[in-house]
Amino acid sequence: MAECGGVDSNPSSHTMDKSITLPPDEIFRNLENAKRFAIDIGGSLTKLAYYSTVQHKVAKVRSFDHTAKEAASDKLYEISVQEEVTARLHFIKFENAYIETCLDFIKDHLVNTDTKVIKATGGGAHKFKELIERKLGLKVDKEDEMTCLIKGCNFVLKNIPHEAFVYAKHADSEFRFQTTNPDIFPYLLVNIGSGVSIVKVESEDKFERIGGSSIGGGTFWGLGALLTKTKRFDELLQLASKGQHTSVDMLVKDIYGGSYGYLGLTGDLIASSFGKSATADKEFSKEDMAKSLLHMISNDIGQLACLYAKLHNLSRVYFGGFFIRGHPVTMHTITYSINFFTKGEVQALFLRHEGYLGAIGAFLKGAEEDNPNQYSWGENYAGSSGLMSVSPDMNPMQRARSGTFPFDMLEMDRLERQLMNLPLLQDPSSYIPDTVDLTEDALAREYWLDCFEEALDGVVKRAVASQPDMPEAALRAEKFRQKYRHKLQTLRNQPFAYGSLTVRSLLDTREHCLNEFNFPDPYSKIKQRENDVALKYYQKAVKSLEELSWEERQFALVRGVLAGNVFDWGAKAVSDVLESDPEFGFEQAKRQLEERPWLVDSYDQWLERLKGPPHKCALFFVDNSGVDIILGVMPFVRELLSRGTEVVLASNSGPALNDVTNGELQILTERIAAMDPVIQASLSEDRLTLVQSGSSSPCLDLSRLDKVLAMVARERQTDLVIIEGMGRAIHTNYYAMLSCESLKMAVIKNSWLADRLGGKLFSVVFKYEVPAGKPGQDSAALTPS
Amino acid sequence: MKLITEKKPAFPWFGMDIGGTLVKLVYFEPVDITAEEEQEEVENLKSIRRYLTSNVAYGKTGVRDVHLELRNLTMCGRTGNLHFIRFPTQAMPRFIQMGRDKNFSSLHTTLCATGGGAYKFENDFRTMADLELLKLDELDCLIRGLLFVDRVGFNGHPECYYFQNPSDTQSCVKKPCTLDNPFPMLLVNIGSGVSILAVYSENNYKRVTGTSLGGGTFLGLCCLLTGCETFEEALEMASKGDSTNVDKLVKDIYGGDYERFGLQGSAVASSFGHMMSKEKRDSISKEDLARATLVTITNNIGSIARMCAVNEKIERVVFVGNFLRINTVSTKLLAYAMDFWSKGQLRALFLEHEGYFGAVGALMELLKTTEDP
Repeated sequence: MAECGGVDSNPSSHTMDKSITLPPDEIFRNLENAKRFAIDIGGSLTKLAYYSTVQHKVAKVRSFDHTAKEAASDKLYEISVQEEVTARLHFIKFENAYIETCLDFIKDHLVNTDTKVIKATGGGAHKFKELIERKLGLKVDKEDEMTCLIKGCNFVLKNIPHEAFVYAKHADSEFRFQTTNPDIFPYLLVNIGSGVSIVKVESEDKFERIGGSSIGGGTFWGLGALLTKTKRFDELLQLASKGQHTSVDMLVKDIYGGSYGYLGLTGDLIASSFGKSATADKEFSKEDMAKSLLHMISNDIGQLACLYAKLHNLSRVYFGGFFIRGHPVTMHTITYSINFFTKGEVQALFLRHEGYLGAIGAFLKGAEEDNPNQYSWGENYAGSSGLMSVSPDMNPMQRARSGTFPFDMLEMDRLERQLMNLPLLQDPSSYIPDTVDLTEDALAREYWLDCFEEALDGVVKRAVASQPDMPEAALRAEKFRQKYRHKLQTLRNQPFAYGSLTVRSLLDTREHCLNEFNFPDPYSKIKQRENDVALKYYQKAVKSLEELSWEERQFALVRGVLAGNVFDWGAKAVSDVLESDPEFGFEQAKRQLEERPWLVDSYDQWLERLKGPPHKCALFFVDNSGVDIILGVMPFVRELLSRGTEVVLASNSGPALNDVTNGELQILTERIAAMDPVIQASLSEDRLTLVQSGSSSPCLDLSRLDKVLAMVARERQTDLVIIEGMGRAIHTNYYAMLSCESLKMAVIKNSWLADRLGGKLFSVVFKYEVPAGKPGQDSAALTPS
Repeated sequence: MKLITEKKPAFPWFGMDIGGTLVKLVYFEPVDITAEEEQEEVENLKSIRRYLTSNVAYGKTGVRDVHLELRNLTMCGRTGNLHFIRFPTQAMPRFIQMGRDKNFSSLHTTLCATGGGAYKFENDFRTMADLELLKLDELDCLIRGLLFVDRVGFNGHPECYYFQNPSDTQSCVKKPCTLDNPFPMLLVNIGSGVSILAVYSENNYKRVTGTSLGGGTFLGLCCLLTGCETFEEALEMASKGDSTNVDKLVKDIYGGDYERFGLQGSAVASSFGHMMSKEKRDSISKEDLARATLVTITNNIGSIARMCAVNEKIERVVFVGNFLRINTVSTKLLAYAMDFWSKGQLRALFLEHEGYFGAVGALMELLKTTEDP
């Protein structure tokens, strides 16, 4: 059956504890604006979901009206901080024991709601129906458990990268996260509650329970309690993890004396579970019996799952239910069993947010009129607890005794834009954005965690400096420091907490934490200043380029992009220099650049390609504000346009470090167009287009891009993708395979990373690639006009 | 080349299957002994024959299943009675000891043995009793023995049976049948553990899968849960118990049927699910626990067998093995499960000589050299 139906099975944990005070800053956040509640009450844990609007500050740029008030300011644009309302989903998991305390808390803090009902699911929903209705004044509306579960499962698989993982007990990293396959269907969900349900999911709305078994978590718990006189489920698992099953089970070697070679059955294989307890007149230890029982049940479920997977020809099998829920012991035995019965052909998959599926599904059922599936959602790292960090699933007794309120949270932001794959990825299902998985690379992990910790003081300082008019900024910045430091600490202990740990996830987590404390754009003023300065040199730069021969100019343009990319506040080595010497100039940056041959150098091939016919359309993912975009990228783009290539400039939707945002780039481009007829003409002829990437990260995930961008890239028949900068071309996408020509350009501004790649500080990566089977030079000639 | 040979193996004719829990022994007692033969028969051989045929119990734990005896059987040109004897594998050392005491090795017979114990005890036979075993694969023997017994029949009656109206406890009756055209069949052998074979002909079969939840699990868990000591005791208790006091049913969770998935309220949702509650654990009877153990193990085997049958596209499922001995609760449950979950597509078949086919197959190997060319 679906959830542990055994609401009556664990009565000891239902004693109401009213002495506990809830930490209001941390739990049930944004309750003032909450609407649409859903609740999933299981055998021992309650999962509450609500939708809320969050007001936060966003930095907006607005162009001055230069014709009217020329003298008003010498600045190009003004920055204003505005309040913006976004939507967020909150999920909280806590023990059933605290349900009354939590309901009281919610009632006291709920003000602006016009909600009348609360969607409910889970075996315990009916037991607490009256209590919920009385406390909250909401009507409890029950939803089918399995429907909720599947809905929730579809939702997390679609919206949370690295949701699914393979568990490998003895590997360097226990959790191996799966890349997000854009097509999540079909799959098999094996839900191990008190019994087992095996559900085949074919599409958003089409699923079928194709089988099940009565031997499940309830059997382990019930039979285990009888055999060992141990009451609690997690205590039984602890016993099992210490036991030796070979004293209880009859193995192949107990019957054969060795292996059964004829059939290839090894001697250690279990021939008969509990086979020895019938014959021996001896006592068996609780640990050994629990272990034997665990193996028996896990193997049995694994075998059935494999039989069903084979029958329906499915290779993606997810496991969930309270038997699994974050328990390494059961994840290991199930993994072992699946591996054994399919001879490694099928992998057992688990989900990071498995415990929330029912609540998410129930919530989605209630929110159908808001069409939540029309939006893309993103996990908010600042507001989510992460896998196995403070989860109440793990040893709840111990935490209850310690007097703190144990809870686990998941927060998901509704993204402004709908996200999808870049259609130019060679194989979307195997695309991995990140170059290094820090979960698996302990040395790299240590370096980057230290690096981010060391950089924290500087980030805090800049955050405060970005809001000089706000006296409480220092206090908020301090809270940000604590939060991010705590996240780093969590990630040191549990690198797998939010999926694969990467430089990108560390950067994104920092952005989420900054937003959390209303520092939407700490670099806004720096960017503004740099943009203003760089613009003054634009015409001069273009003029000097035009004086060069064609071949000299091509090289100067590339050097310009690379030199511009040295200006980067995100890189520690550079921000130190920038801070100490603000006059650090473009020419100086060029001198810093490595001489050819570069660390990665396919410039000759690029030059050869340029001698051929022009590209149809280039999609350029830009990086920093100021010198980078204005003196490096724009002249390069200008040359492409002059060659007859259309250009699509993709910039961030929201701020991240000193990266140029779409809003800023709009203004910059207009301003450049006013000075430069080539840009002006291209804009008016729609040959130069600006699009937003859908991201607010210093890195780039090509599988989660703005839908409009993807559409434009396809419509314009993009045949060249240019990715610039360390975050987008080295930390991510260094190995990304595209189906068209690609150019990755970056300067390595981190000495550790340079060392790793076999180069040194300010080494250059210039990676021009043509997909196999497409002769670069002639590709345009082969394309039908 | 046709080999004509009159050379028959010397008596005594034994076939042995040494399993994880039980040793199964078949003994062919010739009844067509001529006076001349009688004269020549060594004292040793005679005493073995008399000992085996005149007793129904041997030592404390050996039993002859008299009701299974196949009478006036012709094997290898000889007529005789086939006797079926079993004793616990634990008594194996004593059995080997007896072989030495009776100077069995002087009879120059070949002892054909199958089952894991043929390998495990080979060295003990050699060193303790100076006996060489002819080791045979247990699945080969199982299939050969099964097809032979089915062919010769059970003293004029069919060896095979099924249950008519398996889904209705009132009108469910045992009906004899024949395995006239037995292939393909899914053969489910339930001993201490379970092996599931897809059999396409006498010599063409594959082991599809197996499960460690078998007869040994039933008995092992029953001993731990109820303190019983024997299979008979465990079954006796199970026959008096009610598993619904132990198992959580669909209706215990949903109040009735779970209609969204077409699950009846009476279906078991969680085996031993009620035992999560301490109050219920404290008040449960041993009989109920034994019954629940039996039902859990049986249903699980049925479920795996059914999935295998569907995956292998085989409609006939034959259940054998000593777990089914005197165990009508399980045979009826298996018949019901096959019928109900397959909507009548699958049929469960059973055989009277449940667990002895491996031993019969081993005996046939002994006679093989002189069987039809």
